[in-house]
Amino acid sequence: MTVQEPFELVVARHGGTVLRVCRAVLGPVDADDAWSATFLSALVAYPQLAPDSNVEAWLVTIAHRKAIDHTRATSRRAVPVDVLPERAASPGADARDLDLWSALAALPTKQRQVVAYHHLGGLAYAQVADLLGGTAVAARRAGADGIATLRRTYGATASASNSRRQQ
Amino acid sequence: MTSTDLDPEVRDLLVTAAHPADLDLARLHTRLAAAAEVTGVLDVAYRTLDTPVGTLLLAATERGLLRVAFAAEDHDAVLASIAARISPRILHAPVRLDDAARQLGEYFERRRQAFDLPLDLSRSTGVRRALLGQLRAIEYGRTASYAAIAVAAGSPRAVRAVGSACATNPLPVVVPCHRVVRSDGTIGQYLGGTDAKRTLLRLESAA
Repeated sequence: MTVQEPFELVVARHGGTVLRVCRAVLGPVDADDAWSATFLSALVAYPQLAPDSNVEAWLVTIAHRKAIDHTRATSRRAVPVDVLPERAASPGADARDLDLWSALAALPTKQRQVVAYHHLGGLAYAQVADLLGGTAVAARRAGADGIATLRRTYGATASASNSRRQQ
Repeated sequence: MTSTDLDPEVRDLLVTAAHPADLDLARLHTRLAAAAEVTGVLDVAYRTLDTPVGTLLLAATERGLLRVAFAAEDHDAVLASIAARISPRILHAPVRLDDAARQLGEYFERRRQAFDLPLDLSRSTGVRRALLGQLRAIEYGRTASYAAIAVAAGSPRAVRAVGSACATNPLPVVVPCHRVVRSDGTIGQYLGGTDAKRTLLRLESAA
């Protein structure tokens, strides 16, 4: 019999990473639903998880599927409106975080996904390629392009606010 | 994970910046526990409760209260053991234990003498289960000897089994093994420590 630790420890250990991944892919508002759906699915499947599994990679993979579900459901529900509603800021997110989410949201989808799953979620490029299709080399290239753009857009803001903080 | 192809500088930049506030995770955790409860996939819920005998761990299945554990038993070890023996689908989910926590609170304030809670004793079988039944019959403020419990259970020579049932009682305080003392009047052992046993007996005798 395999002995697994209580699921509570899985949430405590990986909850932050999964939330960052969900926010990077979906933005701070929709991320909450994806996070909840991810951990609820994971809780159901957890007793069957192979004992030597990489739990974080498993969770990031589930988060990717939940993000797809969420995007599909949102586009089905979408109706044309005259005025676009303002996006509510997630409580607790400071201005600097919001800058990062905007910078991520401005990236092409593939680049944003690679940054989310590889740089934030810790998946190897080969695992990212398995999730998104294409090759590991292409995933690496998309990630590098995404990071280069973030360095220009978000990185400038971040270092500016860092130097302000240090003054 | 192949950390060799991560750019540590980039990862640090993103991870420190995108650190979700703890408040957000606490809120999401509460939501997850509620959703797990509603969909029936939360096999074991737990919470802790501060009492005059230290912090107690309370754990419940959908059938009822499964475990009460003293800090001396090591709460992390108790949860790990529940994960191995019953199910790893365990979350900190205080709502399922609201009633148990309320009744224990009343007990420690001397406003309650008996517990009215569904108990999950499915893991205790045979002689042990019967002995737990005998323990539950000892009234508030009274004590009984290990030998008397053995006689009451119909096995006068089972004194050691009574001691062992007390030592492995999954629901101390609620199933009052603290009311079992030695025939010579000394207090006897207790899984929460003899100080805790003395505290409980004093609390009940003062009522």
